[in-house]
Amino acid sequence: MAQRTVVVASASGLHARPAKLFVQAAVKSGVPVTIRAGEKAVPAKSMLGVLSLGVVQGTEVTLEAEGPGAEEALDALAALLARDLDADEAPDA
Amino acid sequence: MPDSGGPWEGAAGRLTGLGVSQGRAAGPMIRLADPPELPAPRTVTDPGAEAATVAKALEAVAAELNRRALAAGGEAAEILEALAMIAEDPVLLEEAERLTGDGADAAHALDAAFARHREALAQLGGYLAERAADLDDLRHRAVAAALGLPMPGLPSPGHPYVLVATDLSPADTAGLGPDVLALVTEHGGPTSHTAILARARGLPAVVACEGVCGLADGTVIGVDGGTGEIAIGLTQRETAEVARTETARRDRLRTSRGPGMTADGHAVKLLLNIGSAADLAPRGAGAGAAEVGAEGLGAVEADAGGTGAEGVGLFRTEFLFLDRRHPPSFEEQVAAYAEVFDRTEHVIVRTLDAGTDKPLPFLGLPREQNPALGVRGLRVDRLLPDVLDTQLDAIAAAARQAGAEPWVMAPMVTTVGEASDFARRARAKGIAQVGVMVEVPAAALRAGRLLQEVDFLSIGTNDLAQYTFAADRQHSGLADLLDPRQPALLELIALCAEAGRRAGKPVGVCGEAAGDPLLAPLLVGLGVTSLSMAPVCVPAVREALAALTLEECRERARAALD
Repeated sequence: MAQRTVVVASASGLHARPAKLFVQAAVKSGVPVTIRAGEKAVPAKSMLGVLSLGVVQGTEVTLEAEGPGAEEALDALAALLARDLDADEAPDA
Repeated sequence: MPDSGGPWEGAAGRLTGLGVSQGRAAGPMIRLADPPELPAPRTVTDPGAEAATVAKALEAVAAELNRRALAAGGEAAEILEALAMIAEDPVLLEEAERLTGDGADAAHALDAAFARHREALAQLGGYLAERAADLDDLRHRAVAAALGLPMPGLPSPGHPYVLVATDLSPADTAGLGPDVLALVTEHGGPTSHTAILARARGLPAVVACEGVCGLADGTVIGVDGGTGEIAIGLTQRETAEVARTETARRDRLRTSRGPGMTADGHAVKLLLNIGSAADLAPRGAGAGAAEVGAEGLGAVEADAGGTGAEGVGLFRTEFLFLDRRHPPSFEEQVAAYAEVFDRTEHVIVRTLDAGTDKPLPFLGLPREQNPALGVRGLRVDRLLPDVLDTQLDAIAAAARQAGAEPWVMAPMVTTVGEASDFARRARAKGIAQVGVMVEVPAAALRAGRLLQEVDFLSIGTNDLAQYTFAADRQHSGLADLLDPRQPALLELIALCAEAGRRAGKPVGVCGEAAGDPLLAPLLVGLGVTSLSMAPVCVPAVREALAALTLEECRERARAALD
């Protein structure tokens, strides 16, 4: 099983805009990825699941996947989480 | 009010609520559809068909939200897209489908699946608990779709209308279009979501208006967002007259400029409430109240040359601290504060106002039975003195960097001892003008003594009302107690203003009351020296003050205290 551990960089944690971007990317990857924070693990493609992790800035999360494409998908998703998505280009500014 | 038009002679009836956002409008009303009622469970003969209905209902909800996101644009679009993604959540779909397999009909399966997630979010508290209300909204939409009922949400009748609702959720208001003339809700109070949104967009609004949901759709009603009056059954001539005077009023506000003063030249500083430098940026189209379109939220010019405010009366610093595990670094704080100091000469910074009522993860405060009466505002300093010390250091450093002399005040100060301790620490960092907020009656009663320790007072009327009347400011059933016209509240404000006059020190108001053109003259009559408000409120308050002499303001104050 492929695994990546990453510290969430976005100022608002995994809520709101960063959560949306992360889940969109997970769906797009086509690989079933699990995201774990502490004891709790949820499918990365589930917006409700990701929100319910209650991840704030600085939380360490672990991404897991298996099978073809797992390594690439995890690399992309881990890189996304390591960026401050709140600071990225605002939608209308 | 000048140009507010005459009484509505032709009205067949009247209702009265609480006017929370100035302006008049008239037009046919449309009620926001109530959430669908869940019928008794059906006996399911074809679980596959129910599962298909579940999937189709969720798809329809997502499609509708995405459609509205496209129409709304900007920040509202982001919110709506995130909601659409919840409706599209495969986990939610699987769960609802599984429930149909257990014999539930589509509507009940959806209802149960949403309810479970709602519970999970509500238990997490804070920001996520607020999202629980969003889930309710999605649930209502999905259940309506499964039952073949019209989806609740904003109507789009193709003509301007007055939106009437029991209450409005953020999901409802995110998509408000330019065809909405005014908002009227049966619930809600002066600080409710509806009130704040309406003021930000310059939409006339009346809340806590009992009976309004009983009127038939299409009834032509007049709305006075100042007096809270609703006139039922206006004639065409009256409707046209309302539109004419309202357009004239907005035109006048758009061109309003200059420092605040009464008709006889008594100066009253008009200041802005901001959360970051972004609130000072001129964005969008025209200035202030005239814009009611999708861009209305940001359509203000807040710089000294725009709406002509004379500085910042309340710089809330909480935004820097939200949703973070660690407090923002010293450097990060300096940069954020300096950005504001660079843009405006006169700035009053409020130190971190958080606590068990507005929890921040890094504070690590224990849950409390009664957060409004718990460790909040300056009281957090009892547990975590480093947070305030770092913030004061950062404010002082930013001031040196920008060559500015910001005033600094602490929230939720209760005793003279707290005030003197705060003043000593702030002055030790080199901050010259130190003040405290008056939100607790105990502080108002000791205003004179407080002013021996600090240089100015700023009255937060929302919290002062909550604590004076022992009424939760979010409680829609107690809106009358939170009405800033309550004489007991005005008496406490007068006490502070009089203490300021004796000491020769400024006493401002920075609560919602300061931005209300009907209340502003009254506050000035009580002796308040500055008013701090949302940028969009400045022009109407300036015009209201300019229409009266100081003596007339004092007469209003005396009458209100009677």
